[in-house]
Amino acid sequence: MVRFLTRTRGHAAWDWTDWAAHLYLVLGVLVMFGPVLWLGMSSLKSESGIQAFPPTFLPYEQVSVDVEGRGKLKLYRVTAGEFAGRELGEVRRMGLQVQLVDPAAPATLIRVAVGDREPVMHLRAAWDNFTGLFSQFPFFRYLWNSVFITAVATVLTLLVNSMAAFALSKYRFAGRDPVFLLMLATLMIPPTIVLVPNYLIASQLGLTNSPWGVIWPAVATPTGVFLLRQYMLTLPDELIEAARMDNASEWRIYWRIVLPLSAPALAVLAIFSVMWRWNEFLWPMVVLSRSESFTLPLALNAFQGELTTQWNYLLAMTVVTLLPVTVIFAFLQKHITQGIASAGVK
Amino acid sequence: MSRIKILAAAILAGSVSVATAGEIRIACYSDGNECEATETLAARFMKDNADVKVTIDKMPFKAIQEGLPVQLAAGQGPDIARTTDFGPIMRYTLDLTPYLKDSAYWEANYGPVLGWMRKDASDHGIYGLMTQLTISAPLVNKTLFDQAGVPVPKAGATWDEWAAAAKKVATATKIPYGMAWDRSGARFAGPAISMGAKYFAADGTPSVVDDGFKAMAQRFVDWSKDNTLERDVWVAAGGGYRDAFEEFSNGRIAVYLSGSWQLTRLEKQIGDAFEWVVGSAPCGPAACTGMPGGAGFVAFKGSKNPKDVARFLDYLAAESVYAEWMVMTSNVPAHAGLQKKALPYKLSPAGIAAVQSFGANAALLSPLAYRLQGDPMSRPMFGAVVDRVSQAMSGQITLDQAYARITADVADAVAASKK
Amino acid sequence: MKLLAALFAFLMNLPERPMRWAQGRLAGGRLGWVFVAPNLAVFAVFTFLPIAIDFHYALSGGTNLLPAERPFVGGENFATLLDCVDHFDPNTCRRDLFWHGVWNTMRFVGFQVGLMLGFSLLTAIVLNRKIIGRGFFRAMFFYPVLLSPVVVGLIWKWILQREGVLNAGMMGVGAAPVNWLLDANWAFFWSVFVSIWAHMGFYTLILLAGLQAIPAEINEAAAMDATPPWRHFRRITWPLMLPSVLVVLVLGLIRAVQMFDEIYVLTGGGPGTATTFIVQYIYKTGFADQVRQYGLAAAASLLLAGVLLVLTMIQLRGMRRG
Repeated sequence: MVRFLTRTRGHAAWDWTDWAAHLYLVLGVLVMFGPVLWLGMSSLKSESGIQAFPPTFLPYEQVSVDVEGRGKLKLYRVTAGEFAGRELGEVRRMGLQVQLVDPAAPATLIRVAVGDREPVMHLRAAWDNFTGLFSQFPFFRYLWNSVFITAVATVLTLLVNSMAAFALSKYRFAGRDPVFLLMLATLMIPPTIVLVPNYLIASQLGLTNSPWGVIWPAVATPTGVFLLRQYMLTLPDELIEAARMDNASEWRIYWRIVLPLSAPALAVLAIFSVMWRWNEFLWPMVVLSRSESFTLPLALNAFQGELTTQWNYLLAMTVVTLLPVTVIFAFLQKHITQGIASAGVK
Repeated sequence: MSRIKILAAAILAGSVSVATAGEIRIACYSDGNECEATETLAARFMKDNADVKVTIDKMPFKAIQEGLPVQLAAGQGPDIARTTDFGPIMRYTLDLTPYLKDSAYWEANYGPVLGWMRKDASDHGIYGLMTQLTISAPLVNKTLFDQAGVPVPKAGATWDEWAAAAKKVATATKIPYGMAWDRSGARFAGPAISMGAKYFAADGTPSVVDDGFKAMAQRFVDWSKDNTLERDVWVAAGGGYRDAFEEFSNGRIAVYLSGSWQLTRLEKQIGDAFEWVVGSAPCGPAACTGMPGGAGFVAFKGSKNPKDVARFLDYLAAESVYAEWMVMTSNVPAHAGLQKKALPYKLSPAGIAAVQSFGANAALLSPLAYRLQGDPMSRPMFGAVVDRVSQAMSGQITLDQAYARITADVADAVAASKK
Repeated sequence: MKLLAALFAFLMNLPERPMRWAQGRLAGGRLGWVFVAPNLAVFAVFTFLPIAIDFHYALSGGTNLLPAERPFVGGENFATLLDCVDHFDPNTCRRDLFWHGVWNTMRFVGFQVGLMLGFSLLTAIVLNRKIIGRGFFRAMFFYPVLLSPVVVGLIWKWILQREGVLNAGMMGVGAAPVNWLLDANWAFFWSVFVSIWAHMGFYTLILLAGLQAIPAEINEAAAMDATPPWRHFRRITWPLMLPSVLVVLVLGLIRAVQMFDEIYVLTGGGPGTATTFIVQYIYKTGFADQVRQYGLAAAASLLLAGVLLVLTMIQLRGMRRG
């Protein structure tokens, strides 16, 4: 038991605490990642497949057959009555009866009660959820807008916040602590409430309908300053003193010494910034009102009407926006998780 | 420093987006294919009017609902926007009368709905064009009625008869509930007016709670207790609109109070999975009415090209173009002349029958329903009804408390809007 | 790639001269102001100024959004919000929804922050052991942090809806399906659960770092002495981790109070008002209601910010003492 709480690197034999720990983790992965997997699978289902209950894990869809002279018909298996067991295409429904035909003998109509047939299903991924999304608008224009905003905002965020964090962690000057506290205090303001004043300001500055209208308000973040400052506090002052001895300028110290050493914390802020800007919806929605300046989330949401939501597109859209962040994370996950671990606390 | 250059570039980038002469921007949202259809017509318009450039910005409804008022307040925003919520943007709308070719044509054909975009009774301006007329009506799963051996209530049947029939179907076919209503104050208003609700005091000020309103609210809550009515739709969502289309399309309810905008979904998602028909608006002692509604293209004062805005809307409003537009979007026209004609909709036989039933329901609409829909205070009233009635339905407060709250909420909104 | 690096180096060398000049003129730490300046400038324009405008909104009435055209009403908005017969019963308040929000938020924050700290701590302790595939597990627990709040809300709404996969599973094992989001207690439970699901990965990593910072010798010494495990945890592990725990508490509290999109998408604040929190009230009053009372929304958010500020100060004081 003592080991359960204390051991970091340990012994060869497994005791029950090892089993419990691994069981906990496996269950945890199911709970943490299962829902995302479910979302991914559902996004491949057809409109009717999404609504089916009970739902299936894999994307099933009803089989259609081409019948001579009757076009594409949906295939059903008859479950009761004289035609039980046969697979027939449905021509039309008449009240409580359906008219079916055998694809091999399309001339004769077969009448069966509605309850006596079940659809024949097969596995088919509904890629048209995705292609349908893309064919509706100039996808690459919106992708470019999103990438531009995300990339530029992230670079500026890293620069501006790391400069501030450098000063706040490595200099002593009057007003330093009040400035830091003031920045942290802005965390307390609910973001929705500054939306309207921010728009009025952006409009005065001529930033509406421009990617810069999304970028500028985002580059100074209290979280970023906080994270970087905490990390920079752990860097030994001796390094800086040594550089000063060598007559390096303060700017040089900042960007040649402190910045490279803060790489893990910068990686963390980078992934957060990428995630924030890439997913950002509310502010771009207000500040960008011309379709040529839309970001991807805005364009992808355009099919959300007042009265209707198309779930198949909604799910596909969610997956599309999720993908880039997931891929970046998959490549950088080691740096990111370690970066947070080391930046989070001093 | 490079940052200053970037800032300068940013300001330049912002100032470039000034509208060029002859350009019209339309902020558009879709419940179906309304924006795409308008784009098709706009392309044709631009061929004949080469000096005008119409750009349609397709955006989420939320962007228009929440972003547009802010943009307009700051003196920005599009020339035209498609919206259902005219109240918050009324102070920015443009009276098109001086620019229109023939405003008498507009009055004659769009008369009843033009009032919806006006500030009050003394206002005679023309502020925009309705992109469709929607009519709320009961949608019926006839297959379930047939299986239960219950006839679908005919025109003139009362709400009590409809509720009893729906309950009977539910019991016989073992579905959980007889009927469901969209979670919407506008949907609720039709039945309430039928029961005798007036929504306005004698002096014209909003006044929701009266005996007619109480008669419907009491029934509504009672029905939810014995599973005649599905509670979930109203209770489960905290704020705002929610529909029950999925319940209906999955055959879990027999009667669904919704409206004509569901036509495309009925065709596409139900198809022939079961037989669906549009019922005639159920009656109360005062009327047999649903609620009219719909989205409209409104023009804004901030537009630099008001003449071109009017030209484009004139083009869309012309009878032949408007008819084509309605066919493309499978919508019921707001044009009085076209309402009397059978348009060549590209729909299944069930869909065609449904359009006709919606048309029949349009003829039943009470004048009060039109007036209520167009009143600037209608949405605060609808909102208060939805919030408070669902609270009463969830058991959190009593119906009497709900009535008091509705009255207070509406009074509060009226006071705030007068400031 | 090399070109990019050279370009970057070139750009970063540009400020060298002006900075040297500034360095020559500013004594001691005052150069710090120069480094903070860009950040402060952006903050001033896009955070401090808007907050100042919000004060103006809070003190004025009407539905006009242009600050200059709003009539001054003094403390009326605050008075309206705080007007109650009995503050413990929201139904007696003039703004009952605001007070439902206040009490729900308190309940939510209590459960959410407490449980999240518990689960993050447990996960961190487990991950701190010798685990097969630790990197994988760590990444998996962190992954939901990367999802946007709207996506989080959508995913779970999708799972929890009446005809969702969870109910399919319930029926699969023979249990009756539950209307998860229709029952007030369940809806509240899922709001707490989903918000923990989405955020605990971040806090787990912070706590894990705290654990890893404990020198191995201390643990080994304790193992030698055969210290009982609970005592070991209380006497050694917990005190050494306290700084990280406080970081989690401070950040977790601020975020829990402001939790909006996830819950809004998931429950919309329902059933009834069971999951209506203050931020939702603010959104509804300022953006979603048909008559938008922006003054009330601004007043509510300033009240909220004030309370948060006080709470954080208390925590930070605790942190300093710890």
